[in-house]
Amino acid sequence: MNTAQALLLADLRSIAPTSLPVFAQRCADRLKAGDRLVSLFGRPGHGTREPGVVATAVLQPVSGELAVLRAYGEAGEHYPSMTASFPAAQIVERELWEQTGLHPVGHPWLKPVRFEGERQQRMADYPFFKVRGQEVHEVGVGPIHASVIEPGHFRFMCLGERVHHLEIQLGYQHRGVESLLLQRDPLRLAPLVESIVGDSAVAYAWGYCAAIEALTDSPVAVEAELSRGVALEMERIAIHVATLNGLATDIAFLQGGGTYGRLRTAIINATQRICGNRFGRGWLRPGHARGLSADQRQDLIRTLTAFARDFAEVNDLLLGSRSVRARFQGTGVLDTKTALDLGLVGLVARASGVAVDARTQLPGRLYGARPIELRTEAEGDCWARMKLRMREVDASVAWLLKALGDAAPDAAARTGAVKPALRAEALCVSVIEGTRGPVVQVLETAPDGRLLHYKVQDPSLSNWFGLAMAVRENDISDFPICNKSFDLSYCGNDL
Amino acid sequence: MIKSISVRRSQGTQYIADLRAADPVGFRGKPVIGEAACASACAACLAACPSQAIALDPVRIDLGRCVLCGDCEPACPTGKIGFNNDFKLAATRRDALTVSAAHPDIDPVQVSAALHKRFGRSLKLRSVSAGGCNGCEMEINALGNVNFDLGRYGIDIVASPRHADGLVLSGPISRNMAEALQICWEAMPEPKLVIAVGACAISGGVFAERGSLDRHFLETFKPALYLPGCPTHPLTFISGIMDLLGIRG
Repeated sequence: MNTAQALLLADLRSIAPTSLPVFAQRCADRLKAGDRLVSLFGRPGHGTREPGVVATAVLQPVSGELAVLRAYGEAGEHYPSMTASFPAAQIVERELWEQTGLHPVGHPWLKPVRFEGERQQRMADYPFFKVRGQEVHEVGVGPIHASVIEPGHFRFMCLGERVHHLEIQLGYQHRGVESLLLQRDPLRLAPLVESIVGDSAVAYAWGYCAAIEALTDSPVAVEAELSRGVALEMERIAIHVATLNGLATDIAFLQGGGTYGRLRTAIINATQRICGNRFGRGWLRPGHARGLSADQRQDLIRTLTAFARDFAEVNDLLLGSRSVRARFQGTGVLDTKTALDLGLVGLVARASGVAVDARTQLPGRLYGARPIELRTEAEGDCWARMKLRMREVDASVAWLLKALGDAAPDAAARTGAVKPALRAEALCVSVIEGTRGPVVQVLETAPDGRLLHYKVQDPSLSNWFGLAMAVRENDISDFPICNKSFDLSYCGNDL
Repeated sequence: MIKSISVRRSQGTQYIADLRAADPVGFRGKPVIGEAACASACAACLAACPSQAIALDPVRIDLGRCVLCGDCEPACPTGKIGFNNDFKLAATRRDALTVSAAHPDIDPVQVSAALHKRFGRSLKLRSVSAGGCNGCEMEINALGNVNFDLGRYGIDIVASPRHADGLVLSGPISRNMAEALQICWEAMPEPKLVIAVGACAISGGVFAERGSLDRHFLETFKPALYLPGCPTHPLTFISGIMDLLGIRG
């Protein structure tokens, strides 16, 4: 186990692949024992030794390190779906099917995830469920929506104004990220990785850098890791505040919108002063992170202190307003059991009372030494998700002020280049808790040290289904605030 | 009520009075290419560039492709490439976006008398993200915040393409989004224009030449304005559009 942030580096020579049915059974056994399915994915077989498809599962036990299971299969091969017993597997089984052709028998919901490969431009073919009945009607929205937002299609099946079921069809943003990552120099992927989900550039860059550093055996200094943590928490504050801005605007609470808007500006401009970009692009590269001089640390401390004061003030205004409460409380409820069953992650899960956070469960060196408080809300409604965003921002500010005030993570954060060669036949998993939840990246190398597979998994992949469940039996007019309270990534799903 | 007044007092005055004169501290904006000679047979900047924005002999950078990542700067052994915080990166011609030592500035945006007359006091824009990463989209949203306040010039982002004069395109245009983009464009009444936001929209950016893209739309409809960046800085957006429409500010 590497000492860096939330990382597993496995020697593939020590993990014997099984047949697909055995693999599925072992996965199911572990899920039954309480493991969480971190990721499940496949790739085409490499060279002459391997069959058509190699599948990999990454599991997180209740305690202890991540575990990896592997299987050999062939495109079109059937295996018993885990989804019926463990709904958390629904989306990764679908993705595995779409990407490799491995067919989960008994999957109740086997639909395209993003229409990639041969299926591109067949968005009209999506197999929507049909609801029949005299009182039933359907409302289709998107892919282009009223505001400035990424595209996705939402189809509501309604009884009057009440949403009986929502189907979410994504894939419009598919750019072919995963295959592109294999076509370039693995040590120079940072600008591309930062463009997978542009509002989570730091979380993605960190996971990528950590994986490359592990694969090249080039650990970075503690100072560099601290600088990365500063970047990540700044990103979290900025995106949470942008969401709060959206929530306030969506209920026409304009003073909240105006205030959160300028508060976010202060945070992202401070990020720009460190790394040249308001979204943290360029802050991290394999082998180093931006150094933070004493002046820069003071600058950040001043910015955060001023921010915290006004943030608390506007939060108090929002939380104390009856109209805000009336709109958010009891709206879009996602109960704890559903969140657990669906394997939801990140803020959305925490707002439904599920205590999951990679920063506390897989803390790595930085968050191990400098813990951040894990916060949850019990209610699982829009109100809980809004309040939790506020509280997570508070936790990040407190963490940052302490980290920046402590001993100097000075310009030395820039620790130099990584070694050029990747370790052969290795599988490296990095998990970084970004704003929405764990950003999972899995890099696999071939016997010659070439990058063989680059799996990207955004927290939104599993959480979109949570949104569909949360809007059931809500008024259709409440969908915008439900959607904003989840604030999931379209491009993170579509890749 | 009292809380509201208190929040209002803390808010103070936030708008940037003269957007063209703003000073975005630290922003990695326009590439600056020095006169220093390149090291012999060196192509380090080319290797460092994620979007094939750099060409050699002489060294030049195409801002239509450049994602302003800055990775070429430390890669260059002679220190020939740097960046300043100039945000005025907009252009009305695609070929005006290339800078070099001999041609350090982007050709100024050409004010269009026709556009000034028609849209100088009111321009309604419809944003379409076609494979965007939510970077440009968030910056387009930021245009309307109290700091940049684009609305003060009569420029607004509108919901319906029926109400729009211009289509703000972000993202490299994924194949899965190509049809929806076309439908949106066709729903907009004449006269109308396209504004390409960010390296992805202008050239495909880091995703250029991918089979998962379909950029036919831009072969048919040439943008009236190119707004480089990754993402496009709100100041680049606003100054570019003000220049295009001849808005004094």
